[in-house]
Amino acid sequence: MQWEIVIGLEVHVQLATQTKIFSGASTAFGAEPNTQACAIDLGLPGTLPVFNSEALRKAVQFGLAIEAEIGKRSVFDRKNYFYPDLPKGYQVTQMDFPIVGQGQLEITLEDGSSKVIGVTRAHLEEDAGKSLHEDFEGMSGIDLNRAGTPLLEIVSEPDIRNAKEAVAYLKKIHAIITYLGISDGNMAEGSMRCDVNISVRPKGQAEFGTRCEIKNVNSFKFVEKAIHCEVQRQIDIIEDGGKIVQETRLYDPDKDETRSMRSKEVANDYRYFPEPDLLPVEIDDAYVQAIREQLPELPDAKIERFISQYQLSKYDATQLAASRLLADYFEQVVSACGQAKLAANWVLVELLGQLNRSSTELSDNPISAEQLGQLIQRIQDGTISGRQAKQVFEAMYQGEGSPDAIIEAKGLKQVSDTGALEAMIDEIMSKNPAQVADYRGGKDKLFGFFVGQVMKASKGQANPAVVNDLLKAKLQG
Amino acid sequence: MSLAPEQVKHIAMLARIGADEQELQAYSQSLSSILDLVDQLQAVDTNGIEPLANPLDATQRLRADQVSEPNQREQLQSVAPATAKGLFLVPKVIE
Repeated sequence: MQWEIVIGLEVHVQLATQTKIFSGASTAFGAEPNTQACAIDLGLPGTLPVFNSEALRKAVQFGLAIEAEIGKRSVFDRKNYFYPDLPKGYQVTQMDFPIVGQGQLEITLEDGSSKVIGVTRAHLEEDAGKSLHEDFEGMSGIDLNRAGTPLLEIVSEPDIRNAKEAVAYLKKIHAIITYLGISDGNMAEGSMRCDVNISVRPKGQAEFGTRCEIKNVNSFKFVEKAIHCEVQRQIDIIEDGGKIVQETRLYDPDKDETRSMRSKEVANDYRYFPEPDLLPVEIDDAYVQAIREQLPELPDAKIERFISQYQLSKYDATQLAASRLLADYFEQVVSACGQAKLAANWVLVELLGQLNRSSTELSDNPISAEQLGQLIQRIQDGTISGRQAKQVFEAMYQGEGSPDAIIEAKGLKQVSDTGALEAMIDEIMSKNPAQVADYRGGKDKLFGFFVGQVMKASKGQANPAVVNDLLKAKLQG
Repeated sequence: MSLAPEQVKHIAMLARIGADEQELQAYSQSLSSILDLVDQLQAVDTNGIEPLANPLDATQRLRADQVSEPNQREQLQSVAPATAKGLFLVPKVIE
């Protein structure tokens, strides 16, 4: 049986405001527990929420970036459930009238093809606090600093068909929110979290299968792994004659499996109703237009520009435009060396590879764009070979100084001086008369032997292109 | 419309309200009569009428994004039943 996978994603993005969505308490990350939770966040009687203008502006920015309809009139609702880190007993969210309506975004896959994924809606809501289950003599500890932090929940259509598309979609959302600066997008700190809805159906079937929701997956890698193991689980159950139960599950990265959240077995009924403490939010065309005019260059536009201005492949352009920081870095390298294609290769392959191996974020990258540009110039002007450049790059990464200083210190200069190389070749030929005779007699393969000898004699510093030309001429006699 | 005691039990559970058998009977009666009133309202033809989000004829005021609430943890936790290391303590919850 051929199975088709159907995936929809709910992405929660923490908006980078100074204060909570409905109170003037700070949202700074990492503060002492409960030092940023005021009477409103705690849901104390007699308090009233007041909506943060910046949370509204950021949500509208996102809506415009995905070409969505903007809710000129949006309404907050209460979603009722009990949990200790939700002090009011309800979460303020938006149900029927969200701030952002239907929109879409385009993802680019590894084979260079692209696909449009629909966004059903995006609505504003408040985050809950955190429960700490370490032992407090049989009690749980509650930190409400995060309670009331503004979230934008972005809900996709069930348009995603595999794990790679899901990751590409998330990366696109990540790129958009960081370009706009509406969120820091830091997944490790929970600024972007993802719920994955998954079902499978026999290929060709029109109706969807029963879906399961995997809650709170917090890295691109885990999203991919969670999808793989949940899909396999569902297919195994159906092929063994079983039925999928609609439920909420958690992904356990240590065991690489999803498991049911038993506490949610009792069907929850959130009993939504309009939040009486908040009035409908109304915005006009002028407000939206003013925000539209101030939008920065967005990922799609940047990708197009990188392709036309620098002649990059769509895939490379997409990789480079994945974050504003990376795109800006790349452009600085280009302006330092004037070689866009080499710059793209060095940034995407060497730099990102090295950062990845040492688990370093781009923001902590030890190599400045000017220095990487200088290194590329030294390859371009023939001072060093591509292989030597990698050595210099390693040294730069270890903080050993500028490319020129390292080339000097390590004596890495490539020998392109034809006089010096000719002398070397003459000597090698006179020492190996038998091989010269064999080569001239038709043993072409011996060419490699001579190249090797020259490289050895020059301690690897001979310019290979120059050596090839000289050897060919000399050996032909 | 009448509510069965089982349904009342479910509603009580969602609202975290404890109710014994006798109370469930009483609640199902009084809640049922409230729902009868809702049924009457449901019968009104509301075609073409915009749903009311709030009875006040006004729209939401916005607040500037500036920190106005300083740390008041000590004061706010003075009314909490139990705290430790700056955290509110509650009966153990484990997912």
